[in-house]
Amino acid sequence: MLSYPTVRTSLIFLAIALVGLLFADIAITANNPWRDLGNFFLGVLTPNFFSSEGLLTALLRTVAFAFVGVTVGGICGFFLALVYRFLPVRVFCAFIRAIHELFWALIFLQFFGFHPLTGVLAIAIPYSGIFAKVYSEILEEADPEPGRLLPPGTGTIAAFLYTKIPDCWVQLRTYTAYRLECGLRSSAILGFVGLPTLGFYLETSFSQGMYSDAGAMLILFYVLIATIPLWVRPKLLPVYIVGAPFFLGDGLPIVWGNVERFFTEDIVPSPLRDGEGLAGLLPWLNELMVEQALPGIWNTVILTQIALVATGILTLLLFPLISNHFGGPIRRTSGHVFLVIARSTPEYILAYILLQLWGPSMLPAVVALALHNGGIIGHLIGRQTNTIRLRSDAPKGLNRYGWELVPRVYRSFLAFLFYRWEIIMRETAILGILGIYTLGFYVDSAIQSIRFDQAMVLILITAMLNIGVDILGRYIRRKLALQTMPTC
Amino acid sequence: MAGFDLSGLTASFGGERVIGPLTLKVKEGDQVALVGKSGAGKSTLIRLIHNRVDGQSSLVPQELGLVNALPVFHNVFMGQLDKHATWYNTVTLVRPFKQDRKQVLELLDALRMSEKLWIPTASLSGGQRQRVAIARALYRNAPVLLADEPISALDGPMAHHVMQLLRDRFETSVIALHDVEMAMKYCNRIVGIQNGQIALDEPTDQLAAADIMSLY
Repeated sequence: MLSYPTVRTSLIFLAIALVGLLFADIAITANNPWRDLGNFFLGVLTPNFFSSEGLLTALLRTVAFAFVGVTVGGICGFFLALVYRFLPVRVFCAFIRAIHELFWALIFLQFFGFHPLTGVLAIAIPYSGIFAKVYSEILEEADPEPGRLLPPGTGTIAAFLYTKIPDCWVQLRTYTAYRLECGLRSSAILGFVGLPTLGFYLETSFSQGMYSDAGAMLILFYVLIATIPLWVRPKLLPVYIVGAPFFLGDGLPIVWGNVERFFTEDIVPSPLRDGEGLAGLLPWLNELMVEQALPGIWNTVILTQIALVATGILTLLLFPLISNHFGGPIRRTSGHVFLVIARSTPEYILAYILLQLWGPSMLPAVVALALHNGGIIGHLIGRQTNTIRLRSDAPKGLNRYGWELVPRVYRSFLAFLFYRWEIIMRETAILGILGIYTLGFYVDSAIQSIRFDQAMVLILITAMLNIGVDILGRYIRRKLALQTMPTC
Repeated sequence: MAGFDLSGLTASFGGERVIGPLTLKVKEGDQVALVGKSGAGKSTLIRLIHNRVDGQSSLVPQELGLVNALPVFHNVFMGQLDKHATWYNTVTLVRPFKQDRKQVLELLDALRMSEKLWIPTASLSGGQRQRVAIARALYRNAPVLLADEPISALDGPMAHHVMQLLRDRFETSVIALHDVEMAMKYCNRIVGIQNGQIALDEPTDQLAAADIMSLY
């Protein structure tokens, strides 16, 4: 077994995570976590849809922000994809997508305030970077032969419209639809920093112990995502896209003086601002690194590695739930429901709920990340096993799982896992806002105490860390010759 | 430009020479059949000629090069994308103009598949797809036809019909064929390729089928 590079890589990552556990802060600190959890589930079972009209407004705003943000991001991303072969464009896109939506929101909040533009840009900017990368990958896959056969003198635009777009249309559409679903999740969690979407409503209900209200919100959110194929129809799309900007709410007007001050004063490192010059910059940076950045990076990396391995283990446990190689239709249906819930719930919301119930530690974050990502990969792997035809005398039960299925799907399982490595790290950093000591915690604290200069440096460091993990993940996938389609 | 005179034609794959160096002169009115064993380098030669004449030819490659997601009409229309402004081509993508529809329909009628005008090429059979690529070459209407096994997926009567059509529509052509009988019937000059070199080059009326068989 050890002679397989995939097995060796898996064991190395397992060992790193186990060592990480020694340093990680894993505990349940709440006085009575199970009672709270019970109350929460009682709330989900007895949802209260009518407590206030705020719920429907929040739902409407969530959809509106998602549509406007994804549309703007999609259009910008498409044009960026056309020039993606230029290195500066690729670096720029890698940079803007390495910064999480919530970080973008925190930045824009400082100078645009609670204006709808804050929420729209927070989604549109990172999504542009993601769209640019994936669209360009899809366009590259198009068959080059028809383009070579065009008569010389054919315009570039006509050639593009006739030979590239039709060939990629289905994939472009599928990916954009998937991103819209992600956009709904992103939009929902923007509420946690104060924008008028579902997250805001959830946080309010939770902090007041109104679990039935929170339950109603979660149920509506699942219904919203599960019914996307019903209400997002090609014919209705123009209506949504044109209409969405009118439902973003008014927010508060932009004070342009704030915008100017943010760029000319707030984010200038304080030694420069106070006239200490470059001599003061080094100690300032040193202090920032030692007291905030390094502990933040350490915790982010540890939590990411533990969450990555936990995701992997959970995936291997979950995929049989929807695989038609095991059990009957009832188990598969409930398996589907469970996986849909796990992957539809943004990890941020899962972590928030578990953190409220279990108290602050890394445990809620690990469980939330593993549930969400395990749900996504488990779903993909489970579906993949359904295409496998086994010989009719193949073993059953645990033997079938261990000897027939896992070896067949292990490579694509690893491919998906390493693909999501960077995503898990981005989320880990952001979960700091909830009070876990990852980079997001230090960013949030810096912003709370109006040290925007430090916050910007920390956000930059977070982006670099994400880009680094992305490169490493890609290197490992190439080394192991693992391939994925950009659908996860 | 109807004929061409190309010299120093060479091609290598992985350091190994597969074609040439050879010289090929085609006059206006030459209807050349390229014959030879598979792997002799016929397809490579067709590609080479296509590149050397700067695309001033109607090409039917072996892989056809169709855009599968587009209907037959648009695949054929692509043969004249250079003749129209970008806005015209863009509108055509959504809603074709009447005169273009008529022209393309006439061509498809000649190829006996007019009922397939709006069918995506992905859902056509191999022979139908081949005829779409031929229709595109006809619509392109370049002075020279370069075709690589254009009738390989067509049944007997249809193959004869298509070869007849190509002979009538293109005064000058270079067609790679593995069927010697077809080559003798529809082409006025036979060029035999062996080991990447021209092993035979004669007018058809001075050849017997047995002369060609020595190449195989």
